Amino acid sequence: MAIELKIKVSAVSKAVGKPFENLYIKTLRGFFEEITRLTLFTFRFFKELVKPPYEVNEFLKQAYLIGYKSIPLVVITGFIMGLVLTIQSRPTLVEFGAESWLPAMVAISIIREIGPVITALIFAGKVGSGIGAELASMKATEQIDAMEVSGINPFKYLVVTRIAAATIMLPVLVILADAVSLYGAYVGVNLKGDVSFHLFFLEVFAKLSFTDVLPAIIKTFFFGFAVGSIGCYRGYHASQGTEGVGVASNAAVVQGSLTIFILDMVVVQITSLFI
Amino acid sequence: MEIVAEVNRITKSFDNREVLKGIDFKIEKGENLVVFGKSGSGKSVLIKCMAGLLSPDDGEVIMLGEKIADLETHELNIIRKRIGFLFQSGALYDSMTVRENLEFPLRDLNQSKKDEIDSLVVEALENVGLKDAIDKMPSELSGGMRKRIGLARTLILKPEIILYDEPTTGLDPITSKEISELILDIQKKYNAASVIITHDVECARITANRMVIIKEGVVVAAGTFQELSKSSDQWVRSFFS
Ligand SMILES: Nc1ncnc2c1ncn2[C@@H]1O[C@H](COP(=O)(O)OP(=O)(O)O)[C@@H](O)[C@H]1O
Ligand SMILES: [Mg+2]
Repeated sequence: MAIELKIKVSAVSKAVGKPFENLYIKTLRGFFEEITRLTLFTFRFFKELVKPPYEVNEFLKQAYLIGYKSIPLVVITGFIMGLVLTIQSRPTLVEFGAESWLPAMVAISIIREIGPVITALIFAGKVGSGIGAELASMKATEQIDAMEVSGINPFKYLVVTRIAAATIMLPVLVILADAVSLYGAYVGVNLKGDVSFHLFFLEVFAKLSFTDVLPAIIKTFFFGFAVGSIGCYRGYHASQGTEGVGVASNAAVVQGSLTIFILDMVVVQITSLFI
Repeated sequence: MEIVAEVNRITKSFDNREVLKGIDFKIEKGENLVVFGKSGSGKSVLIKCMAGLLSPDDGEVIMLGEKIADLETHELNIIRKRIGFLFQSGALYDSMTVRENLEFPLRDLNQSKKDEIDSLVVEALENVGLKDAIDKMPSELSGGMRKRIGLARTLILKPEIILYDEPTTGLDPITSKEISELILDIQKKYNAASVIITHDVECARITANRMVIIKEGVVVAAGTFQELSKSSDQWVRSFFS
């Protein structure tokens, strides 16, 4: 009986234990391989970015599609963000008798953190998934191969333009979202109080300093770059077939969003060293 | 006769699975060579090696006198402008109109000559009988029309070698026949050499000057359509019945 059990245990541990270890190592190795490939992909972006001829028209078209077409979404979410944050913050400040701080406190939260991060997440959901799906379906239907055989560099035409457009357009969208958000905050303040437009912004700008604004804007370039390059990488290296399209688009959003949080954490650590 | 392309003992594996095991053939100027084989026999892999989209593990591909593997990117791009490739699905750029699709391969030629580009586009569309589709989007076209537009885009640079990947697959018999006849017209008009990859006997019968049959990654038979259809090999003959 005991022997039988022993045999069973060893058999089970052989069957389960070994693959279990391997699974960890495999997953970890897969993860690092993926990071390496993504890094090489971004190196290639910089290499091809500086090499003429430049795809100016396609870049402008992408900037329009990526930036201009995202404006409604960014404006709506920005407004609600500012409004809701103000409404939610008021009771706490009232409790401390610090209601007059409301504009400044909300403004600092929006400009430093909530504006950039929320807008970047929305951007990852809209633009990152769009790029991932578009490139993956171009790959599945051999359009990328078709570019290559007609002697046109598809990396340059498709990838470089999209990453560059995402990198440049996200900061613009964030600035817009911040502005709309502050307006939302102004509306929120006036739901239960009476502060003139002039006074509201006077209070906001009195408390806001350059060191609140600049690092917050700079980090959005990195967010935009991350969303663009992860979306492109996922699409460009999607597996063949139509199911590859869904996988690429999904992975672009998930990994893009996660990267935004990680970058945000890193940036906050770095800026707190200097300021 | 002048040899325009050569495939010498090329092999190609994916994940330890050998798809091509040493394929050999030559193509003469102005000739239609049909490469015949079952689905999954590696025909697309072969033609992609010829266009430099995949690099063979071993062996060499010589196109228009140049070894593809030895070329720098810009040299490869110059050669590629002289080679046309019709993809299985047509591979039209779906974010662009038919006109923009056709202009795309011309984009690094002289941009200034707008009239010339326009007349090239119209000419290419006339050759495939679809002049009216010029301002349509690819999503508005039928399968047969997409193939024709794909062909027009391939022809716009007046290639010296044309690679066709399953030009008639997925089309009804009548449209298939039209496409096969179009391939013959193009052969006459452009005097280009063509490699036609197919598993469609009717297409092979119409277009082939010469055929090779591949099976499990090697060439098992070569000859004219007539010769192969009377082959003593049971397996080869089975395709033609
Ligand atoms: N990029 C690739 N990666 C892995 N396997 C591939 C790739 N391309 C083709 N194959 C495999 O090679 C074999 C031949 O494919 P293919 O050349 O497309 O066949 P066909 O003769 O139908 O065109 C298939 O089994 C396919 O799975
Ligand atoms: Mg194929």
